[in-house]
Amino acid sequence: MVLAVITRDGDGALSVASAELLAAARGLADELGDPVEAVAVGAAGDLPDDLAKRGVGRLHLLAHPLLDDPAPAVVGEALAQLVAARRPAAVLAADADADAAEAMAWAAAEVGAPLATACTAIRPGPRGRDEPWVVTRERSGGILLEDAELTAPVRFATLRPGGHSTGETAAAAEVTVEVLVPELDAAVPRARLVERGGRAAGTTLATAPVVVAGGRGVGSAEGYAVLEELAGLLGGVVGCSRVATNNGWRPHADQVGLTGTRISPDLYVACGISGATQHWVGCMGARAILAVNTDPEAPMVTRATWAVIGDVHEVLPAVVAEVRRRSGR
Amino acid sequence: MDVLVCVKRVPAVGAEILLTPDATAIDTRHLGFTLGPHEECAVEEAARLAARTGGSAGVLTVGGPETEEQLRYAVSMGADHAVRVDAPGADGDPEAVAAAITDALRALPPYDLVLFGAASADAGHAQVGVRVAHALRRPVVGGVKGIEPGDGSVSLRREAGDGVAVYEAPLPAVAAVLEGLNLPRYPTIKGRLRAKKVPVRVLDAAPPAGNLRTRRLRHRPEARAETVVLGRGAAAAPAVVDVLVDAGVVR
Repeated sequence: MVLAVITRDGDGALSVASAELLAAARGLADELGDPVEAVAVGAAGDLPDDLAKRGVGRLHLLAHPLLDDPAPAVVGEALAQLVAARRPAAVLAADADADAAEAMAWAAAEVGAPLATACTAIRPGPRGRDEPWVVTRERSGGILLEDAELTAPVRFATLRPGGHSTGETAAAAEVTVEVLVPELDAAVPRARLVERGGRAAGTTLATAPVVVAGGRGVGSAEGYAVLEELAGLLGGVVGCSRVATNNGWRPHADQVGLTGTRISPDLYVACGISGATQHWVGCMGARAILAVNTDPEAPMVTRATWAVIGDVHEVLPAVVAEVRRRSGR
Repeated sequence: MDVLVCVKRVPAVGAEILLTPDATAIDTRHLGFTLGPHEECAVEEAARLAARTGGSAGVLTVGGPETEEQLRYAVSMGADHAVRVDAPGADGDPEAVAAAITDALRALPPYDLVLFGAASADAGHAQVGVRVAHALRRPVVGGVKGIEPGDGSVSLRREAGDGVAVYEAPLPAVAAVLEGLNLPRYPTIKGRLRAKKVPVRVLDAAPPAGNLRTRRLRHRPEARAETVVLGRGAAAAPAVVDVLVDAGVVR
């Protein structure tokens, strides 16, 4: 059995990352000739319906007063107990689900198993459980790939986004829901959630359909005004490279790249960004890239869908004016 | 509050990364070494917490004598003592490194808070802090972007979806932090002088080998697109807006 650790979004529906995870779990389970089962915290809600459409026949729910508002590691304690009881061949979670990924680390430690994080592929050996599996995982923030042997009776792995459809797949006839009440000693010191802040207003860098980002070529904090204006017109947000953060032009929250946010917008407009690998791994998920740069050989230009050769402060004002002219704004 | 930061010596890679002939590691013959950005922020935070609370800020790494360069750098940033755990067998494996750090923490004087970076800049296993917390049965929160010391506890803030979540952990506790937690300072001359002289305490550990073994590293397939150059300078604006309309972002 392949066990998928799923989470829900703010509205209680299956998260996008979990939908993608279930597709990856299905692929692995088919190779093994095993079923996919899912595990979540709390009440069933609409999950059984969602799971039925994705061919998952069994949902495990972890229920305990200590899991009402848990730190992720506490979910890991409960997950470890489910894994010990069910002995799945593999336990998978989405890297993008930070809580699930953290729970995985605790559960793997509890089970005494390795954990392969940031995986892009999992290949079981021909004899399934009885030999090492080979995983491909990202290193150096995705600049390099690593093929590694994962040797354990239960394989814990977290998966990078990308490569799997989030759509519905083969349907299961019905979903069996099983509730596990883990044994959690209340005397053990644990972190607990004390406050959950409201959602930030507007679109975030991680979810915006359009990101207009600036780097060294923008030249100053004030230089971002024209990027703000274009982002506003395109229904997007402003991002930046590490140069901009280091110079104090933009807050770190705006940084796209290895140590900032990794984004996958419909359109990425890279203004005066050379496209060093550390930046590239943060934006390579974009569906289309428009690069504006004085250097036609800059890596960002050679990797872009479209490019304009020129200075940000000549090109962008002209683009803003043209957008306003055509859309009458 | 006594804080210990666990750091890792990592190659300071540029745009091109060369691999060793057997492709199991980065070729570091012509590279310098550094701390990852998450860990630099952890060191900065430890120094600030120690100064605010009248405590201490230690720094620990697992590795050979060469890793003392990074310990000294952390001292130049504001850490006040340094520990090196010599564990030749650990070899970067997250299970083995966590076991070596756990052994060291059992031998060292107690710390109220042990900080890690969310993930190392090279291997990026993103789990050593949680494993250490598990072994010591301590509360742990990862992805932390704000730390506020309390009375016998610590409040740990992280981003969650579009909002924030604040956790409270009784001390002693463990946290893994993210860059953006603070803006790390540059070492001062005084800090550099202190770093030169600081004694490094060396502990030995012999953790069992882990079960995730690197076969080889490789580069991502080259991402080179058939870039369409829309023009030069301001004259390109109409062609740019044409593709923005086609892409559906201008209506």
